[in-house]
Amino acid sequence: MDVFLQQLINGLSLGSIYALVALGYTMVYGIIKLINFAHCDLYMVGAYIGYLCMTHAGLGFFPSLLLSMAGCMLLGVLIEKIAYKPLRNAPRISLLITAIGMSLLLEYGMMFFFSPNVRTYPPMTGLMARSFTVGGVLLSMQQVVIWLITLALMLLLQYLVHRTRAGRAMRAVSLDKDAARLMGIDIDATISYTFAIGSALAGAAGMLVGVYYNTINPLMGVLPGLKAFVAAVVGGIGIIPGAMAGGYLIGIVEVLVSGYGFSMYRDAIVFALLILILIVRPAGLLGKHEGEKV
Amino acid sequence: MFELRDLHVHYDMIHAVKGISLRVEQGEVVALIGANGAGKSTSLRTAAGLKKPTSGQVLLRGEDVTAATAQKRVALGLSLVPEGRHVFTGMTVRENLELGAYLRRDSAGIAQDLEGVFAYFPILKSRQRQAAGTLSGGEQQMLAMGRALMSRPEILLLDEPSMGLSPLLVGEIFDIIAKISKAGTTILLVEQNAMKALRLADRAYVMENGRIAATGTGADMLDSEEVKKSYLGGA
Ligand SMILES: Nc1ncnc2c1ncn2[C@@H]1O[C@H](COP(=O)(O)OP(=O)(O)OP(=O)(O)O)[C@@H](O)[C@H]1O
Ligand SMILES: [Mg+2]
Repeated sequence: MDVFLQQLINGLSLGSIYALVALGYTMVYGIIKLINFAHCDLYMVGAYIGYLCMTHAGLGFFPSLLLSMAGCMLLGVLIEKIAYKPLRNAPRISLLITAIGMSLLLEYGMMFFFSPNVRTYPPMTGLMARSFTVGGVLLSMQQVVIWLITLALMLLLQYLVHRTRAGRAMRAVSLDKDAARLMGIDIDATISYTFAIGSALAGAAGMLVGVYYNTINPLMGVLPGLKAFVAAVVGGIGIIPGAMAGGYLIGIVEVLVSGYGFSMYRDAIVFALLILILIVRPAGLLGKHEGEKV
Repeated sequence: MFELRDLHVHYDMIHAVKGISLRVEQGEVVALIGANGAGKSTSLRTAAGLKKPTSGQVLLRGEDVTAATAQKRVALGLSLVPEGRHVFTGMTVRENLELGAYLRRDSAGIAQDLEGVFAYFPILKSRQRQAAGTLSGGEQQMLAMGRALMSRPEILLLDEPSMGLSPLLVGEIFDIIAKISKAGTTILLVEQNAMKALRLADRAYVMENGRIAATGTGADMLDSEEVKKSYLGGA
């Protein structure tokens, strides 16, 4: 039981990170029907920005987190404006290939400018370095911080999407672009806004993963990105709560499988499970015809 | 008030609208009728800024808005109820109506117009919390019209508001269009139901193959042998 609880706690941390990344995939897909391959690299860039802030600029955890989010937000919006927007009316495949190219550019650009070497996040100090035992289960402050930040970001996202004018515009654009234009909604601005939010979440995830696992490298986004994308699909692509659910599901399953001694088959088991879910529910866990999409 | 001047519109190689000119004066109801594929929807979509014309002009309240965004045109008081309704199916009725007022900031005026829409379409009031996608076709049409009214338009473009509705509901929709007109909104109405449209309209244009084939008052058109033969079932 303790092992199970322990793994559940670890899975919740990893799941938080997948969920944050999955949200960006699902939001961008919802609004321009693009699988943004470069999204996982924004997560990597976020980890690097956090690293630079903490090591070279000597900033604390929270300022670094905010800067990673801001940096990724800017980069995400720029990528959309420069690479994707000119292809708005081009065949979908051109857009997809551009996204793949953008992903490679970020990965190998990072290698070129910052070297392909693994970097190590500075160890946390003070309260962030603490851990405690609750009922036989080890809980680190870092994990708690990851959960709380993820929770706060998700609540903020729900607020932005459901309670603000821009959020309403986002939902409208994802449901019906022409109708949205007839309401007077600025489509370009709304798409930028969506990229900004999704990218900021990826930046936060990158920084959190750096703190949690300590090491980062230019290709660190590839596999988690794939899993987060699958999480978005399993939850029902385009559906925000679906991405959250999918992210946590994958994180928890992955950690449980490893925890019970099958870490060699971890990814195989995770993906097999996902394929199974999609066979049973092709639209994803929360996907349905009238599903709310963003 | 509103004018299309020698408007040409293409879809790639298809020349859908071949130089139409039409005007709608303040307070008028103008009908635009014609066979399937004549270019009626294309003209309205171009007027609303969803489609770029190849040449020609769109004038709205004295301004040339040919190059303006759809957003600018809504701000200037144009609102299109598109063919096929296009309500936001995944949102509630209430959210759809609120989106109609997206560009407005006057919450008192918005609340007042919401009551106005509920007065035209009482069914929407009782369905406020329901997802728009679960409404019947007729209710969705009412929602699309209500949503368009929420921008408090000067000119309302209606693209086949009676399409797919029961005869009873068609009558009801036409009554409401008459009421909207009486309340001071200028209307350009595209209809398959030519008889009803011509009875309601002050003036009408007949479109054929992307061109205006005939024009006149609603009453004149109802009497015209040509129009009768082609659009009123040869009566
Ligand atoms: N998106 C499109 N792509 C290509 N051709 C189109 C498109 N939309 C319309 N057309 C063509 O343009 C012409 C005019 O179409 P339009 O929809 O404006 O006609 P309409 O008068 O509204 O017809 P209906 O009464 O059937 O609604 C038709 O020949 C149609 O096939
Ligand atoms: Mg049409």
